[in-house]
Amino acid sequence: MEQKQNKLAMISARGTLDWAYPPFILATAAASMGWEVGIFFTFYGLPLLKKDLKASVSPMGNPAMPMKMPFGPKGFQNINWPIPNLITSNIPGFENVATSLMKQTFKSKGVASIEELREMSIDLDVKMMGCQMTMDVFGFTKDEFIDEAEVGGAAAFLAFAADANVSLFI
Amino acid sequence: MSDVKIVKTLDFSGLMCPMPVVKTTKALKELEVNDIVEMISTDPGSIPDMKAWANQTKHELLDSKEEGNGKYRFLIKKTH
Repeated sequence: MEQKQNKLAMISARGTLDWAYPPFILATAAASMGWEVGIFFTFYGLPLLKKDLKASVSPMGNPAMPMKMPFGPKGFQNINWPIPNLITSNIPGFENVATSLMKQTFKSKGVASIEELREMSIDLDVKMMGCQMTMDVFGFTKDEFIDEAEVGGAAAFLAFAADANVSLFI
Repeated sequence: MSDVKIVKTLDFSGLMCPMPVVKTTKALKELEVNDIVEMISTDPGSIPDMKAWANQTKHELLDSKEEGNGKYRFLIKKTH
């Protein structure tokens, strides 16, 4: 049964609530199956390493996002409200509404929060690395990040990913 | 399956992907080799997921079935 350990290398480049899920879900699932996992956070993925996570979601540029209510009878919850993307993207405060609706919906369906998934990832020894160059560009410092985060550059990620079975850019 | 001795029941009802897989893995770490656990889930994706998980981890999936009432039941043997 001894075979080479599988390995997953991911780049997380988007830090909105919706895009924060895929890397952490895949990381925890893979690590649970005994895979070695590493996530390289760059550009807008960097805030996902912050001690104080504040991921939110915007309907802007996501015209296929369903607009559903997380409360009320099932039939009501299943209604996809036909609000034009032009409106959802432009009303001030709608981003907060959409974020809160998405968080409540996920919670009521039993989906773990990003905070929980990140905790699990740490628990499962998922390697997390911040991109030094984009940290400098956007003004992030290592002490804003969780203690488990390492810092490195493109070469460091590539060296890790070189023998990965699965590599994803998210 | 009536002769197997279940040492622990893990009830992950209400938890969605990837939690049944993650929490099963965590729970197995606390147990002994050859221990058999029962895992209950309400995540319909856990049928294919547990099959894949067993295939990857080499733990043994003794049984995997839909109970009806929205529940899925798995019997898992820790092999290493």
